[in-house]
Amino acid sequence: MAAEGKTIDALSQFELTHIVAGFTNSNLYMLIGGLAISALMVLGMQPRARVPGRLQSLAEVSYQFVHNMVDEQVGHEGRKFFPFVFTLFMFVLFGNMLGMLPYAFTFTSHIAVTFTLALVVFILVTAVALALHGMKFFGYFFPEGAPVWLAPIIIPVETISYLSRVVSLSVRLFANMVAGHVMLKVFATFVVLLGSLGGVGLLGAAAPLALNVALVGFEFLVAFLQAYVFAILTCIYLHDAVHLH
Amino acid sequence: MEVEAAKALGAGIAVIALFGVGLGIGNIFSSLITSVARNPAARDAVFPIGILGFALTEAVALFALLIAFLILFA
Repeated sequence: MAAEGKTIDALSQFELTHIVAGFTNSNLYMLIGGLAISALMVLGMQPRARVPGRLQSLAEVSYQFVHNMVDEQVGHEGRKFFPFVFTLFMFVLFGNMLGMLPYAFTFTSHIAVTFTLALVVFILVTAVALALHGMKFFGYFFPEGAPVWLAPIIIPVETISYLSRVVSLSVRLFANMVAGHVMLKVFATFVVLLGSLGGVGLLGAAAPLALNVALVGFEFLVAFLQAYVFAILTCIYLHDAVHLH
Repeated sequence: MEVEAAKALGAGIAVIALFGVGLGIGNIFSSLITSVARNPAARDAVFPIGILGFALTEAVALFALLIAFLILFA
């Protein structure tokens, strides 16, 4: 499919297809991701063994990882946000990881999905800040002790930087996933194009193939790292909302 | 100029941003190595911060790469 007509067709892997009317492959992989997370947590914690088995270790390690992150970043008040951050982290992680399976669809490679997730975070953070601090929240846009004559500059800058959180959070995840998968597809196409020449081309095809193997490993790292970054930035924004600077 | 040629040039120009990203990532890891070498006990505390900085900087590279890909393929 990749080398049809000897051109690089890198973006067709992100196309939505309807499985049933109104239910796309993106929805299917979200469903699979949700079921896999539920299965991991429910089945993993079933034995409740003192010395955990493999599945229970995985469930416990992921729980503890996010728990430590929330505890360190948000502080003691952050406890009640732990379920939210854990759900977000696992959903993004499973979305990224499921996308690494051959022929699978990466639902985090659509800006509509990541923007919705970022918008949920943004609305929650703003609501928490308003609920905890009321009108004092707006002091966030003008730090105490700054000279008053700087207000016309500082307030717009702070407001824009606050609003652009949604964009940067969503575009970072989406761009990472798209760029990674396009890169894999481009190098895979190089292999096919060079290999189809035969002879010396077959030898030359080994180089992009080796690079592609390394890139798959790198993409697994990126898949985890981006889920981590998404979760930790959510924690940092929550810290700002709870403590106001 | 032909559209195809202009596209290839545009994609090449778009990834000039990788210059800054290369400097940034090199800077992050050189600081990380220096701090771990000076205080090996701080490794566990410093390493996640370094990785976070790497991921945030690498995202800039991917923005540029994405623009290049969009110019080429979209």
